[in-house]
Amino acid sequence: MTLSHSHPTTPAEGTQTLGARLHGWAVTVDHKRLGILYVCFGLFFFVVAGIEAAIMRAQLAQAAGKVVDPATFNQLFTMHGTTMVFLVGMPILLGMGNYLIPLMVGARDMAFPRLNAFGLWLFVFGAGLLYYSYVGAQGLYGDSAAPDVGWFAYAPLTNKTFSRGNSTDYWILGIMVSGFGSITTAINLLTTILAMRCPGMTLMRMPLMGWMMLVVSVLVIIAIPVLTGAQIMLLLDRSLGMHFFDTQNGGSSILWQHLFWFFGHPEVYILILPAFGFISEVIPVFSRKVIFGYPLMVAATVSIGFISLGVWAHHMFAIGMPPALNAFFAASTFLIAVPTGIKIFNWIGTMVGGRIIFATPMLFATAFVAMFIFGGLTGVMLAVVPFTWQLSDSYFVVGHFHYVLFGGTVFGIFSGFFYWFPKATGRMLSERLGKWFFWLLFAGFNLTFFPMHISGILGMPRRIYMYQPDRGLELWNMLSSIGVIIQAIAIVIFIWNVVVSLRKGRAAGDDPWNAWTLEWSTKSPPPEWNFDQVPTVGSARPLWDAKNPSDPDSHHERTA
Amino acid sequence: MRLWCAAIFLAVCSIGAADRSDAPSVVTPIVCAPVAQSATGMGSTENVNGGDLNIFHPVSPPAYEIRELAWLVFGISAVIFVVVEGVLVWSIIRFRSRDEEAGTPAGEPVQVFGSNPVELAWTIIPCIIVFVLSLATVRTIREVELEAPPAGALEVDVIGHQWWWEFQLAGAESDTRVVTANELVVPVGRPIWLTLRSADVIHSWWVPRLAGKTDVIPNHVNHTWFQAESIGTYLGQCAEYCGTQHANMLLRVRVVTGDEFIAWQVAQSRPPVDSASGVAGKALFLQLACMNCHAIDGVSTGSFGPNLTHLMSRETIGAGVAPLNPKTLRMWVDDPQNLKEGCNMPSLKLDSAQLDAVVAYLLTLK
Repeated sequence: MTLSHSHPTTPAEGTQTLGARLHGWAVTVDHKRLGILYVCFGLFFFVVAGIEAAIMRAQLAQAAGKVVDPATFNQLFTMHGTTMVFLVGMPILLGMGNYLIPLMVGARDMAFPRLNAFGLWLFVFGAGLLYYSYVGAQGLYGDSAAPDVGWFAYAPLTNKTFSRGNSTDYWILGIMVSGFGSITTAINLLTTILAMRCPGMTLMRMPLMGWMMLVVSVLVIIAIPVLTGAQIMLLLDRSLGMHFFDTQNGGSSILWQHLFWFFGHPEVYILILPAFGFISEVIPVFSRKVIFGYPLMVAATVSIGFISLGVWAHHMFAIGMPPALNAFFAASTFLIAVPTGIKIFNWIGTMVGGRIIFATPMLFATAFVAMFIFGGLTGVMLAVVPFTWQLSDSYFVVGHFHYVLFGGTVFGIFSGFFYWFPKATGRMLSERLGKWFFWLLFAGFNLTFFPMHISGILGMPRRIYMYQPDRGLELWNMLSSIGVIIQAIAIVIFIWNVVVSLRKGRAAGDDPWNAWTLEWSTKSPPPEWNFDQVPTVGSARPLWDAKNPSDPDSHHERTA
Repeated sequence: MRLWCAAIFLAVCSIGAADRSDAPSVVTPIVCAPVAQSATGMGSTENVNGGDLNIFHPVSPPAYEIRELAWLVFGISAVIFVVVEGVLVWSIIRFRSRDEEAGTPAGEPVQVFGSNPVELAWTIIPCIIVFVLSLATVRTIREVELEAPPAGALEVDVIGHQWWWEFQLAGAESDTRVVTANELVVPVGRPIWLTLRSADVIHSWWVPRLAGKTDVIPNHVNHTWFQAESIGTYLGQCAEYCGTQHANMLLRVRVVTGDEFIAWQVAQSRPPVDSASGVAGKALFLQLACMNCHAIDGVSTGSFGPNLTHLMSRETIGAGVAPLNPKTLRMWVDDPQNLKEGCNMPSLKLDSAQLDAVVAYLLTLK
């Protein structure tokens, strides 16, 4: 393979007019630019959803708070959940996959570049549609503007009888359109991974990130159409007078729950597997050791994908399912803890015996593991059906899934962001600001979400715009709200870090972390064609082989 | 990290300590606040909604079974947590790069690609743990989730409405029926079999100290049960988001002695008694829209809002939004939206005299 560094010069962006540059971004089909756009839009909505959360925490800082009225609060948690799942998690994770996968598998672009651009702009349009509801969904009856039915929009609350106006229609259409975008991206990733790997890269020599995105793509293609179908049924109920979920006319509200969670639970793994992928790249590089047990990691990823399709009804333990069904879904949910545990043990196994360098990406990756253990264990608790009879729909659940989706997914995203930012921009982020950001976010995160477990145990249901005084909830809620302030300061430092580093950051060079996968063999930022010559690889760590010619990985490949 | 572990430790200890002492807890007043009598924003009224809803303070078999299982689950999880986080922290400390201190960067560490025995071990051990948890789970499901009412159970129909609860149970005589709202009165020591239905959207029955939650679903009948072991008022609230005033769909279960319960049943089965102070208000009640939504035995049959036949026997108004007394009752009738923004009862725009009359009538409904 070649590690060539002599690239022909590209026309410098600085010489173009602003209009030409913006036009360039708008019409681009380059997977790297599309990936960056996904991440930028995702981070924008991350800030929006964070502001929504902060207003809710201001309301809940005290018992019987009066910061916002009930209707506004209900819109806030609906929009916060919907935004975080569909407009933050999905675009950032799929966007980073979009940026990285062709580089990691040694391809010049995604398989379908135009489809790729189409997917991005569908997502942007869907997001715009959802947020347009704030101004456009006033509706005939002057009812609520933004959607207020919760992010899982249980029927029949979404029925025309109970959700007047058209805010729910905006929720349906916004998510449906951005869902189409996700499906196109998944098809693209899947094809790229299966068909466009460079010579020598067998599936078992692919970076683990490639495996994670492969499984995620399959899950997206299976899960999202189920949601889309359910949403179309709901749309027909609402606009053409059909009765799928209309309980007043013999429809079934439980049908919606089955359809939604058949999408919803794989969705949780769609949101966590890419983050698993990021830290499976970060932990080895910063421990200076090859990933421990690559084949078992692959097996665990694939089995998580399979099992995640059979656990959905654990969101429905309180609906009065027969004991046999409850027991089945408890068992399948327990089962998924096994491959997830394997991953955690393998990451720790990678760190053991290494020489760990705690740069910001590694801080986030380590915190990811630590927080995910906690969120995973409360997840196992919630698989215990009778325990969930007490705590489902309580703040314990809110605490649990924030440990998984914030302590897990969001920390994973920041780990990957700090790791690959030098590749995408050619400049390093400030380590000093990065560490401030990490420690403040880590402290604020735990202060916010740990007390929620206790609030739940003390009987506080989720999605209430106020709680009663003198139930022992005041202290824990106040702590949660204080934590948000610390997190907000952290995010401001992060944004400042990005802005300053983009202008004045230290030049990164091609391979600032002394890493081992193909994306580090090309320039930072990579040229439009990614590689001057399509590389050929002999193992899962081609750059290790190049840097240690006396001890290449191919000598150690396991066929387990 | 250390602070965080300490916080978990303290929290677990505090819940645990509160749980293990059967006497009212003085160890952790925050975790387990006694029923407080402090004044709230309702003027001179007391807070009737404060109290203990801790799932670790059961007074009924289902909640008790769940607590026992919860301790097992917490125990296993705590051990796993300590071991795994311990190894993680140890490897962070032990294998942290010290190149900067040493001055000379060492070469790359030994590359370990994996180990079949080790990987097999951490696949099989979790399998065994989750198998044990599955067995414990199935056992408790079978004990808690009953298919038919327990022997001698008092049967109660529960109907969830946006945003209040309706209860129907047998009256003093075989052909009478008690219909009440938001406040369930039951005898101590007797199993209570609840049949759950919804009039509109999904709600969820949750009184943490009595039992876990069961969803109240339209077009789908659910059951749950409890058997309170001691007298007192147990609080809960709707646990499935059901619209604007989900937060104020509160539940009270008043557990009384068998004799008190029978007396209550007899009182609730009686028709209302007309009295001079209520004549004008009753006429207004029938003239205005009140009667369309509210039933009063022998007076009206509306079923959209709570049955008011024995309104004044209840402790709260608006599904717990305020304690029930003449002052809050007048505020409520004047404009319910002031007390419970977004609820389904509109202000009827009564003038002061009409308001006085209607309230005077309602006060006779004891």
